[in-house]
Amino acid sequence: MGSLKTIESKEVHPMDNLLRMDRIPHIWCPGCGIGLAVSAFANALEKAKIDLNKVCIVSGIGCTGRVAGYVKLDSFHTTHGRAIPFATGIKLGNPKLKVVVFSGDGDLISIGGNHFIHAARRNIDMLVICVNNFIYAMTGGQVAPTTPLAAYATTSPYGCVEPPFNIPYIADSSGAVYVARWTALHIRRLTNSMAEALNKTGFSVVEVISPCATYYSRINRLGDGLDMMKFYHDNSEIRHWEDTKNLDIGFQTKITVGKFVDRERPTYNESYNKWLSGIRGAQDEG
Amino acid sequence: MMKANPKGILSGTHNLSGSEACVEGALAAGCRFFSGYPIQPAIEIMQRFLARAPQVGATFIQMEDEISAIAALLGAVWTGKKGVTATSGPGFSLMMENLGLGVMLETPCVIVNVQRAGPSTGIPNRPGQGDMMQARWGSHGDYEIIALSPSSPQEMFDFTIKAFNLSERYRVPVALMSDEYVAHLREKVVISPASEIKLEPRRYYEGPKDKYLPFKRDEDFVPRMVDIGNGYKFHVTGLTHDERGYPIMSEECQEFNVHSIVRKIRRHADRIFEVQEAETDDAEIVIVSYGVTSRVALKAMEQARESGMRVGSLKLITVWPFPEKRVAELAKKVKAFLVPEMNYGQIVFEVERCSYGNANIVFIPYGEKEVDDPDDLLSAIKQAIREKKPRKGIIEYNK
Repeated sequence: MGSLKTIESKEVHPMDNLLRMDRIPHIWCPGCGIGLAVSAFANALEKAKIDLNKVCIVSGIGCTGRVAGYVKLDSFHTTHGRAIPFATGIKLGNPKLKVVVFSGDGDLISIGGNHFIHAARRNIDMLVICVNNFIYAMTGGQVAPTTPLAAYATTSPYGCVEPPFNIPYIADSSGAVYVARWTALHIRRLTNSMAEALNKTGFSVVEVISPCATYYSRINRLGDGLDMMKFYHDNSEIRHWEDTKNLDIGFQTKITVGKFVDRERPTYNESYNKWLSGIRGAQDEG
Repeated sequence: MMKANPKGILSGTHNLSGSEACVEGALAAGCRFFSGYPIQPAIEIMQRFLARAPQVGATFIQMEDEISAIAALLGAVWTGKKGVTATSGPGFSLMMENLGLGVMLETPCVIVNVQRAGPSTGIPNRPGQGDMMQARWGSHGDYEIIALSPSSPQEMFDFTIKAFNLSERYRVPVALMSDEYVAHLREKVVISPASEIKLEPRRYYEGPKDKYLPFKRDEDFVPRMVDIGNGYKFHVTGLTHDERGYPIMSEECQEFNVHSIVRKIRRHADRIFEVQEAETDDAEIVIVSYGVTSRVALKAMEQARESGMRVGSLKLITVWPFPEKRVAELAKKVKAFLVPEMNYGQIVFEVERCSYGNANIVFIPYGEKEVDDPDDLLSAIKQAIREKKPRKGIIEYNK
């Protein structure tokens, strides 16, 4: 039997307890925003004071799908689009766990779109971090359900003809209890949002608008990762509690960020347990 | 093996449908999780599980489709639960994607397929056996799987427990390939006392937390599991991975990973496969059958024996892995194998392959009747006995 030996890493990183340093260097390109989202998440875990032994992270497929493999938690890299249902099973199997889904826009909103709305509707207690880079990057820059109208991609060589999804609006209208959007530039606010959402009970969504310097900005001639960050700096507007239907993102238009939804609804687990104990009570009496 | 927990086991004699017996088998095996999606003719399994859930404290969820049903099942299993889902052809097709993930993550679970007539939507309430090859090959890539085929409500109970035991022993999803007939059939089912029900415990890792390697294999190629939330901080992935569970895109790792999941079943095939033989010692003709068809086969065998024909029966309990050696041994002794199936030829190809040309192969396909008539089998037996010469390929019996 061919046995593959573990490669030990000797260097110590300040996030050593949160990242799998034996897997570094990561696969992400220079100028990519996913690393920023991951470090915001790592900081949020500390800030939220959550027992790391009780956090489980699930990813789907794609660039952001690789996150689960770099975070030192019980972590699952599942199939394309199925991170949310897999995580649903985990939450139902052990309700004491804090379950986080960390994946991309194509994974969560296209192939996994149906799972996304249904988990929101049921109010499964989990935090979904959706890194939105407007494109399918792992496969080389195809149109995503978030690609702004008229933006170029390898499968929209004359500009995207489909209107994109507005992720906070889908989340809100499907029943999510917490919805926020930040760009990869808003690292402090993003971290605070993630920490707040980690301590929230119910289906919470944090969208992270992230630069893809290799595909999205190159094919659209928007410069490198730094230029994208500059664009976010100049064009982001913080508008908390903005009605989520006003959060569409066009090609190089203003990006509205902030916390839009924070409400309470009974979770699936709460409703199910209530039903279960109600039936039991009735059976005991009868 | 450990004894079953008496909680939730309805020991005694009952009149149950196959679907109900399946749920009782799952609960007896300690299963406390069900995720599914409504589909005929498998819906009774889901409904029975939900009806029993409050009594045993089980978790149930009706998901948005079969893709998510099996994904949720896999997730729940990693928290330490035993889990099951039930579906039929169209749902089984949707489950193929995450069946592959279950194989790759070596996640023990049971998938009940109440087979109906296909392809596509087919006839939702007509029995079929058209998914037998799909159970073996349906998900992409190379893998091995275990599939059992029950022929009665009693076997739905027994084989569901067997399915859980095999899945835990070899850390592989197990398919229980029943059909509409068996699921809706209502018969006597005897449920033994809990002390007589033996269960395979999960193979847990028990070493130091920082030394845990999710895919380090024991001598029998089966790795050990831990539950989420116990501080092991493990990683598993559907990508080709090494012992640590980390993705490694090399040929060496592909060999390590995929060969192991194939080998852990193939090496134990002799121990896994199970058949029931009747009158094969002196048989000239052996009927190879599985599922509800084996009831017809036994009836035809009895009738043939009464008329002095030397006919035996080989009933497959595990269809996958296929009992290759036994079929090869019998092929040297018998004149012909008769293979009745509720499809247009699936397991008959396995019988042909394992006969190495030593016996004639007669295939009795799906007819206009829901389940084959013993009379059809009987005339096929007579025809096979009359056959003077060895014949190449599969002889299709014309009803």
